[in-house]
Amino acid sequence: MSSALSNRSAVRADSRPLWRWRPGAAVALVPAAAVLLAFWILPLAHLVLLGGESRGEAGSGYWQVLSSGQYLSSLAQTSVLAASVTLAALLVGSISGVFLARQRFFGRSALVALLTFPLAFPGVVVGFLVILLAGRQGIFAALGLGLVGERWVFAYSLAGLFLGYLYFSIPRVILTVMAASESLDASLEEAARSLGASHWRVTWDVIVPGLMPALVSCGAICFATSMGAFGTAFTLGTQLNVTPVAIYNVFTNYANFSVAAALSVILGALTWVVLLVVRKWVRKSGGLL
Amino acid sequence: MKRSTLFAAQLIFTCLVCAFMLVPVLLSLLAGLTRNYFQGLSSGLTFDWLVQVWQAYSPTVWLSLQLAVACALCVCVIGVPAAYALVRMNNRFSRAFEELMVLPVAMPGLASALALLLTYGHLGGFRGSWLFILVGHVLFTLPFLVRPVMAVMQRQHLPTLEDAAASLGAGPLRRFFTVVVPNCRAGILAGVLMVVTLSLGEFNLTWMLHTPMTKTLPVGLADSYASARLEVASAYTLLFLLMIVPLLIALQALSARLSRGDQR
Amino acid sequence: MTATSIRLHNCRKAFADGTVAVDDLSLEIHAGETLAILGPSGCGKTTTLRLIAGLERPDAGQVLFAGRDVTPLPIERRDVGMVFQNYALFPNLNVADNIGYGLKVRKVPRAERERRCAELLELVGLQGYGHRAIHELSGGQRQRVALARAVAPRPRVLLLDEPLAALDAQLRERLRSELGQLLRELAITAVFVTHDQGEAMALGDRILVMERGRIAQLATPRALYQQPANAFVANFIGTLNAFAVLGRTANGVQVNGGELPWSASELPGTLYCRPEHLQVTTGPGQVRGRLLGQFFQGAQSRLLVDVGGAQPLSVDSSDDRLHAPGDLINLAVEPQRVFSLNA
Repeated sequence: MSSALSNRSAVRADSRPLWRWRPGAAVALVPAAAVLLAFWILPLAHLVLLGGESRGEAGSGYWQVLSSGQYLSSLAQTSVLAASVTLAALLVGSISGVFLARQRFFGRSALVALLTFPLAFPGVVVGFLVILLAGRQGIFAALGLGLVGERWVFAYSLAGLFLGYLYFSIPRVILTVMAASESLDASLEEAARSLGASHWRVTWDVIVPGLMPALVSCGAICFATSMGAFGTAFTLGTQLNVTPVAIYNVFTNYANFSVAAALSVILGALTWVVLLVVRKWVRKSGGLL
Repeated sequence: MKRSTLFAAQLIFTCLVCAFMLVPVLLSLLAGLTRNYFQGLSSGLTFDWLVQVWQAYSPTVWLSLQLAVACALCVCVIGVPAAYALVRMNNRFSRAFEELMVLPVAMPGLASALALLLTYGHLGGFRGSWLFILVGHVLFTLPFLVRPVMAVMQRQHLPTLEDAAASLGAGPLRRFFTVVVPNCRAGILAGVLMVVTLSLGEFNLTWMLHTPMTKTLPVGLADSYASARLEVASAYTLLFLLMIVPLLIALQALSARLSRGDQR
Repeated sequence: MTATSIRLHNCRKAFADGTVAVDDLSLEIHAGETLAILGPSGCGKTTTLRLIAGLERPDAGQVLFAGRDVTPLPIERRDVGMVFQNYALFPNLNVADNIGYGLKVRKVPRAERERRCAELLELVGLQGYGHRAIHELSGGQRQRVALARAVAPRPRVLLLDEPLAALDAQLRERLRSELGQLLRELAITAVFVTHDQGEAMALGDRILVMERGRIAQLATPRALYQQPANAFVANFIGTLNAFAVLGRTANGVQVNGGELPWSASELPGTLYCRPEHLQVTTGPGQVRGRLLGQFFQGAQSRLLVDVGGAQPLSVDSSDDRLHAPGDLINLAVEPQRVFSLNA
């Protein structure tokens, strides 16, 4: 059924299993490669090196970061925040996502659209929305005032930040879960039911394992986004000690380039390692699907 | 009986989530159109705030639009050939390149911006122009065009189509422009919409790369959240939403049509 | 394990777009028998199976297991074993865990589960495969695991949805006989859906032929072949030659190409005959025509003979002489092999 041409290329592939290199096609990659090299790889290398520079007696940027309780706790806090947002978003998003993927009712597509628009909102806007919700003049403040006579203001604390990060993570999970739900094999659920499994058993034994790779990849992206998120924290006030804000402060207010560089590199490395580990896991268990 | 209570519970849960998403947005819209937010609707509706926002911040809108269009163009010129190369090569090298391409998205935007600043910030002319921001946007949005285009190319079994064209005598450039690009139109369109939306809303990179002369809409928004009164900030947010919501709707409609086309 | 009888009582099922899949179906399946449901696609056979299973609820009518009405029960409470067309094995569990799943749900203690699992692995010829992952198995092995899994909790009824459809021809032949043996050993009431008439005839104690949601005929394979109730069944099972009756002759009736022996007083519009009952003779036969093609099929050859009718005649002959297209072919048939049908 395959043409003689593709047979030929199949033969070529057999004789050169690792490098089916077609000089013609690779040429098209040059512009993208050039841009990436000039504007990302080079600057990143520069950044990494800069982090190692020392200014006076303070030691290299990396040393300053790794030996400072403040910076380390900021990294820890950011990681914990990102992790908890990820878990919460996965839980909330998968319940809603599976529900929306399977049920058909009036207004469903509108609901889906409304739930996923916030994905495109920049962090600053989300921060502003959190202020409207939980700031001094926010809804919760009015609610608290009406119920217990005291304003409930939590926008400017970690709780507000958590809420903000949740705001742009939930839509991402919903979209991913909806897409993954469509490709779930219905006969697996029917098989489990034929063996007597109740609805909750089917959910736990069949649906969750089936969605797991999608959930894990999506969770990794949510984690990475939350780790690097700057706009939301910026809007909610720079007292919050998350690493991106710390980097900004060090760079802008203290002009301490090496520490800023070191912090950025460490933050980036941490995020990248998590993504890598997750991707390895997905690929390893990818044979499942 | 149990089925329908489960349905109701899930529906209520989903509606609560939706409320969480929507209510602040509605509040913001309302605040942008109300004479006085603290008095609420009773103070009357007005377009005054929008007018004020436009007078103060319209340059940011134009710059953002300019950046978005330029970004889309650059990303197309760089990204479509790249997608083509990656699909045809399909080896370890191309997979490594894909990983590399995604890094600016996966890593904190702040880090990328810092790196750019520290490396090229001393080039005064470049640093002060909007091109500096453009570079950041292109790096950040490139994967969002390349990925969908690659997906469409793979679905269309592009290598086979190209082999057919080659067997009829078409050279590489002609194949690219007459066979490859026309067949990815849907993917390119979806990617471009995504790129424009992302560029309009990009903040993490842009905040570090901007100057008072090159302020984009999100940067202006951050300014107004810090300094202007609530109604102005809300009106400004309303303006921003008016710009991206139509794009998002178009994006959703397009991807729905694309996936329906798959099932045919 | 005593077998369970199954009864469907005036069952009707229509889908959201209005198509009626199953229309007023009443059916009795004896305890311990294997019933094959056969028919063209869209005839309602899979829907019927799903109604018995409990995966669909009938719009009207009842389903009874051993006299008890199980219609309101969903599948998880009906105690059926089901083998799906694509096997539906759980990819996150290994072979042993798949087989033991139904037992785990029924809270059978681990030791008993493992014992039963080993017993089943031996039954289906997969001893020692317990720790394998599903994706390591071949198609035939997966089919056997699916079977073992369905049978492990000792269900009352075994339901199979096109169990051999996903396998290649050679494997299918082999597994067909293994499946038949297994069904006999288990002595369980089994219902399976197939579009392969060879499979239906080999495995089914009785065959239910369905057409557009209704029963065309329910009979043993032999009866179905030799006494088809109507033209649909006759055409569906094996090949059938149709002769338009043109008039009476001294010994029978006149048809295109000659005459057929027919002794009954009534003259039907069409007479039928199976390909293997038309014999190629050297001398003048009863019917003659020109050869259109000859197809070698191993044990037999199929000849297509044009007698001037709407369709050429199909003749199965064990005579392996080579004929050329256009040759004159003489055919003879015994009187009892010619039959009529109600449409």
